[in-house]
Amino acid sequence: MTQNLVELLLVEDNINDAELTIRELKKNNMANNLIHLKDGEEALAFIFGNGTSAGQQQALPRPKLILLDIQMPKVNGIEVLQKIKSDPATRTIPIVILTSSKEDPDIQKCYALGVNSYIIKPVNFESFTVAIKNLGFYWLLLNQPPLG
Amino acid sequence: MLFKDIPIRKKLMRIIFLINGVVLMVTCVTFFIYEFYIFRKTSTEKLATIGKIIAANSTAALAFDNPDDAKEILSALKTEPHIVAAALYDTAGNLFSEYFSGAGMDVLPATSEIKGYRFTRSHLEGFEPVIQETKLLGTLYLKSDLEDMYDRFRLYAFIAGAVILLSFLLAYLLSKILQKSISKPVLDLGATAKIISEQKDYSVRAVRIGNDELGSLTEAFNHMLDQIQAQNLSLSVFTQNLEQKVVEHTAQLESVNKELEAFSYSISHDLRAPLRAIIGFSAILEEDYSSKLDKEARRITSVIKKNAGTMGQLIDDLLAFSRIARNDMIKASVDNDEMVKEIIDNLAMAAQYDHAKINWVIGPLSPVYADMNTIRQVWINLISNAVKYSSKKETPHIEIGSFVKEGQIVFFIKDNGVGFDEKYRNKLFKVFQRLHSADEFEGTGVGLALVEKIVSKHMGKVWAEAVVDTGATFYFSLPAGNVHKKNVIE
Repeated sequence: MTQNLVELLLVEDNINDAELTIRELKKNNMANNLIHLKDGEEALAFIFGNGTSAGQQQALPRPKLILLDIQMPKVNGIEVLQKIKSDPATRTIPIVILTSSKEDPDIQKCYALGVNSYIIKPVNFESFTVAIKNLGFYWLLLNQPPLG
Repeated sequence: MLFKDIPIRKKLMRIIFLINGVVLMVTCVTFFIYEFYIFRKTSTEKLATIGKIIAANSTAALAFDNPDDAKEILSALKTEPHIVAAALYDTAGNLFSEYFSGAGMDVLPATSEIKGYRFTRSHLEGFEPVIQETKLLGTLYLKSDLEDMYDRFRLYAFIAGAVILLSFLLAYLLSKILQKSISKPVLDLGATAKIISEQKDYSVRAVRIGNDELGSLTEAFNHMLDQIQAQNLSLSVFTQNLEQKVVEHTAQLESVNKELEAFSYSISHDLRAPLRAIIGFSAILEEDYSSKLDKEARRITSVIKKNAGTMGQLIDDLLAFSRIARNDMIKASVDNDEMVKEIIDNLAMAAQYDHAKINWVIGPLSPVYADMNTIRQVWINLISNAVKYSSKKETPHIEIGSFVKEGQIVFFIKDNGVGFDEKYRNKLFKVFQRLHSADEFEGTGVGLALVEKIVSKHMGKVWAEAVVDTGATFYFSLPAGNVHKKNVIE
């Protein structure tokens, strides 16, 4: 499996949230080509190829979807969003912000930067699983990604 | 132009002229009257003296009946040019001899009955008895003109005119110089006041000229300016301080507001994430290990989930409550009929309670001019409360309506539920205050506090009436504003 086959990139520092998300996607057979990264720095290294492993730079990965948390150590979700959406090579990759907070002051900013969707993670487990399932179904199966 | 409207300089001149004129006039008139009487007196005396001399000289002519002598005596009157006529009468009153100074014949009185001297319009005339020892021989008549007097009076008038003219000239020159001592300080003061009022420059001062009342006025004026300047200074210092304080306080408020937002954000974010984990992993435990869990274990996981869920709800409610205070209201016309219908439909869809058995009575509701989102929250909270607290009745009955009272639109939501004890009425709208246990009815104790906050932010009021186990009625009033106004952010 090469990185070009990565369908879904999950960028989430909270391992519990990540586990719940991955579990729900797995349950619906949508986590086969999923990579989980723990902060923005790793995400940028992965997308732009100047990462930990120099040998993996031949072709830049183009996931079908990036699920991005906002509050993360080192490089936060807003910065990751800005970098990806301002680079012509990566700006067509769909990005969905997954945030814990209803009080986010950055929702306007995210849309201005070109986010494709903005989801508040429900506390209630049933609502959460429904949200993740619908999200995966829509972006991985229903939505037609851009070419190249 | 009225006297009070003319400039002070001209006013002073006119006053001086008037006084000068009146004084001269009184002096002249008094002098003329005095002269007139003196002249009459001396003229009469002089004519009487002449009369007495002529009468004394005429005694022989009359005694001896010699008209020629008489004529000669009378013609001696030529030396007195103002005597225009003279005559002698005998004792019987017949004309004995006559004299005229000019060519014209003057009319002589026929008889000599009148005694003494008198003034006619243009002459002085009189009769003098001609007496020898004690025997009356006849009467002398004398008539004098008043040309002397008129000559003198003409001279007097000319002199008076010249004096008046000269004195007015002098008065004009003197007053022109002397009036300045009064008018100049006044005019200077006026000019200074004008400069100050036009240029708003309170540092200008009037120059004090003397130590009189005008000097005191100038000093008082300058003193007043000192005070105005000092007050202006302290006022501007005060205003500056005030502006500075406003700027500081605004900055403080803004920073506090920012902190509050950041705080809300982290509460929302950091408290929700662990709750999601608690609920999520409890659910996973139930799902993946259901075969290994007995009935009690499943009850325990459900208690964990339920409480974590309640806490999540509490966080959301509290954040909503704090948001009301911070956020601006966007006012627009709100169709309450539409809004209430939509809310009831949504509640029915959520199906937390058996909506089919509820008996709804919904009257026509007035539209209001209010913030749509928060008013929706008020309706949601009050209607879901009515549904919740009447859910244990056989046939829940909920009535919604509105009426106008004292310029406010009052809305009410009446149910036949459990009600509440009115002695706890003051706790009803306070945060975290509940009148029922969570076992009986779920809730966080924020809903009605939120309602109260929204309504009071709209300048309205909330209150409630209730009877335990019979039902409760909740009221909220909103100002009856113009519902057709355009959207306004407050």
